Amino acid sequence: MKKLLISSALLFSIQALSFNPALAADGDVTSLRSQSLEVQDPPEKLKNYPKENLDLRINYVQQPPLIPHHIRNYEVDRKTNKCLTCHSFKNYKRYGATKISVTHFLDRDGKALSDVSPRRYFCLQCHVPQVKAQPLIENTFEPTGALAK
Amino acid sequence: MKVSRRDFVKAQAASAAAVAAGISLPSQATNLITKTSDTEIHWDKAPCRFCGTGCSVLVGTKNGKIVATQGDPESPVNKGLNCVKGYFLSKIMYGKDRLKTPMLRMTDGKFDKNGEFAPITWDQAFDIMAEKWKAAIAKTRNSDEMPPVGMFGSGQWTVFEGYAAVKLMKAGFRTNHIDPNARHCMASAVGGFMRTFGIDEPMGCYDDLEKADAFVLWGSNMAEMHPILWTRLSDRALSAPEVEVAVLSTYKHRSFELATNGMVFTPQTDLAIMNYIAHYIIESGNVNHDFVEKHTNFRRGTTDIGYGLRPEHPLEQAAANPGKGSSTPMTFDEFAEFVSEYTLEYTVELSGVPAENLLRLAKLYADPKINVVSYWTMGFNQHTRGVWANNMCYNIHLLTGKISKPGCGPFSLTGQPSACGTAREVGTFSHRLPADLLVKKKEHRDVAEKIWKLPEGAVPAKNGYHAVLQNRMLKDGKLNVYWTMCNNNVQTAANINEEVLPGYRNPEAFIVCSDPYPTVTAQASDLVLPTAMWTEKEGAFGNAERRTQFWYQQVPASEGSKSDLWQMVEFSKRFKVEEVWSDELLAKSPQYRGKTLYDILYRNGQVDAYPKSDFKGRMNDEMDDFGFYLQKGLFEEYASFGRGHGHDLAPFDTYHQVRGLRWPVVNGKETLWRFREGSDPYVEKGSEYQFYGKKDKKAIIFALPYEPAAESPDEEYDLWLCTGRVLEHWHSGTMTRRVPELYRAFPDAVVFIHPDDAKARGLRRGDEVKVISRRGEMNSRIETRGRNRVPKGLVFIPFFDAKQLVNRLTLDATDPLSKETDYKKCAIKIEKV
Repeated sequence: MKKLLISSALLFSIQALSFNPALAADGDVTSLRSQSLEVQDPPEKLKNYPKENLDLRINYVQQPPLIPHHIRNYEVDRKTNKCLTCHSFKNYKRYGATKISVTHFLDRDGKALSDVSPRRYFCLQCHVPQVKAQPLIENTFEPTGALAK
Repeated sequence: MKVSRRDFVKAQAASAAAVAAGISLPSQATNLITKTSDTEIHWDKAPCRFCGTGCSVLVGTKNGKIVATQGDPESPVNKGLNCVKGYFLSKIMYGKDRLKTPMLRMTDGKFDKNGEFAPITWDQAFDIMAEKWKAAIAKTRNSDEMPPVGMFGSGQWTVFEGYAAVKLMKAGFRTNHIDPNARHCMASAVGGFMRTFGIDEPMGCYDDLEKADAFVLWGSNMAEMHPILWTRLSDRALSAPEVEVAVLSTYKHRSFELATNGMVFTPQTDLAIMNYIAHYIIESGNVNHDFVEKHTNFRRGTTDIGYGLRPEHPLEQAAANPGKGSSTPMTFDEFAEFVSEYTLEYTVELSGVPAENLLRLAKLYADPKINVVSYWTMGFNQHTRGVWANNMCYNIHLLTGKISKPGCGPFSLTGQPSACGTAREVGTFSHRLPADLLVKKKEHRDVAEKIWKLPEGAVPAKNGYHAVLQNRMLKDGKLNVYWTMCNNNVQTAANINEEVLPGYRNPEAFIVCSDPYPTVTAQASDLVLPTAMWTEKEGAFGNAERRTQFWYQQVPASEGSKSDLWQMVEFSKRFKVEEVWSDELLAKSPQYRGKTLYDILYRNGQVDAYPKSDFKGRMNDEMDDFGFYLQKGLFEEYASFGRGHGHDLAPFDTYHQVRGLRWPVVNGKETLWRFREGSDPYVEKGSEYQFYGKKDKKAIIFALPYEPAAESPDEEYDLWLCTGRVLEHWHSGTMTRRVPELYRAFPDAVVFIHPDDAKARGLRRGDEVKVISRRGEMNSRIETRGRNRVPKGLVFIPFFDAKQLVNRLTLDATDPLSKETDYKKCAIKIEKV
């Protein structure tokens, strides 16, 4: 087994060399790697979610708002939901938080409930925090009407 | 003009004062636009571009661009909701680096495998392709061999595209070397369905989510991978506190947040856990004997079947029955004896799951009063015993008769939007034809040849190269021209260092990649074709619950781009049948002499049967180009394979009006639960159940053992590597990472590692590491916090990041029956950089 491993390792390095020249020049087709395939990219540093990040805009009416703060150690499970401690109808004023949308009270059939529908319970399925970073690739989407730049 | 909040307040105050004083101030405009043409957005439906859930989305367009998307309130799947990816669909087509022109590797104006990419026209692109294709086909044209021509397609292709591709390859070029990337995703589920039931795809549907008393997630992180199904499951579980949610995985993930019984097991031991449950059901006297006697057979499966590696690999050499899927009949008593080995004690020891958790799980299945649904995704399917894992889950449901009933049954989820619709139903696999037909069966080929108006013998009788084999054959020089469409296999295929890259860069191979964006695969190809995507073309997807959904083209294609469908059909014009078919086959069909593949495949009086006047949408580029309603013709011809044979689809036009229908659609009615009387029109009166995929209408309960993984940690490579996805990025990130909001939500791949494992290696959160397997290495950074809590001895790395090609590390071991790769288990080590 060991012998085989050594030989396959050798084989690998030979192959790596043999397809090197073909990949060296990719011209305009660079992909999100931004460099050729046989080079190891240095990994990006961990990007942190800032404590406060208020520069987030809505692109269209039904877009779920992005989370303008970090959510480290926020627990959400069947017993507790840290997000609702501040964002619920009951509490939002006290914490100066954004109130959750009234749409969150509707059940699957569009009937209004007296509290948040369980189908909306896991907030992070739609609302996500944002690291501070330039987009990888510029996006040419343009909001329209009242939301246009 | 930028108005700050302060300016605005000041202006408001001024105008209020002015009004009070009776003075009129010049105002720019009222603060409401009242002209309809300025505010009107055109809304139309489309299924989401991402996972197999099949949510419907309303797409808002204005001036030829998407300006908004939202969940479709009328869709029974998602009822107005989307996940974060779905909500940002509006941006996926607008990455600034959309490809605008075909690009060919050239030196001095001529194709050169080692040249640099340079722009060419579509005409020039098809010229070089046709030249390469014809040279490859000439090698075998008058022999029994299939030509060294291959295609790697997609579960993201529209139904029309998949069908056009099958025809082009299997009937046109007469090669079965076509496979979809769905091979990496649910081939094991297909294998499981065919082996147990003789017919593909789930018997139940999403309505089970509102009706079940218990849910069991086997190797499925539904919270992140099928978020909208998770909203439905959460809705049920949190509204009825008695509902159990059992979650099994090799590490803790977000689905554990809702679990009442969360279990982390040692990789590969899910097989033992399922046999333990079968044993418990029998031992506790909870077998539904009436059901089992009437509707099932027992069989003993062949064991020690190898790991789907190259035949010379020592693991294949050591296997007694490599690749064998055979079985022999056995009795219930023999089956009971077989599973009795899997006692609670033995299973605890093997799996590492505490006894009380396993017992609690087994009781859910055993208790005849509890309606239970089992869900699984890649945990079962990407498994060197994936077909077995599927079979073994069916065993449990069949032993108890908990199947095909509302709120009760096994349900295999899919990862791609049309894995079911395009890959499976259309049959874009190397061994298949539409509607579950197989290329190896003469009577099945006869059906296809008749529908396609082709001479007998047109479709080759041998299985083609499957996904993993295609890469090996490219490397070995057995596959010489290769078209990859609608996937990113150089990032997503296993063992890219040893198999994929040497294959793509083999001087004997000519690789064409069609994609909207420059992907890692495009980077490794020779010719890149800019491709229209999603609502830039008319389409149809089939989701995991057998729901077929249509959409119209809603915006013009991006500059220079053409749909996959246009590319294939247009390319077919380049081939005179004499250049492709054997003289013998031509002699059988003299009427085709002098015709092109386009004439024979797409102008056959069926595909071109529907005029432009049948079209009710706003735009259709393919129809404008070819002069007839191509999508309708393709669909109606395709649907004739399955109508009357358990795969009935509704008429084409119906799908443009409804939010999808679940097949079989018989007399205008969709089918929610198959195989049960009263619910499935194919089940005869008085029979209660009929598993009509099998001749005797009985499903099979298989005796199959636990067998170890292909590669497990040892002293040197001391950690398990599990790869997978995250909520915000769909698969290889080619679309989602171009949406700034999704990119910023989860920017780069990391190595999720247990804090103790990190500490033992002198590592702290964020440290740079080298992850090394026997096949390659990758640089990354470690993460000890966050959404995934891995146990000691295992790391999880997502594969979406083009800069961190985790498939340099993975092993191309597959399930020997389904040929699907196990991306969840290989051995690695981690070193500090």
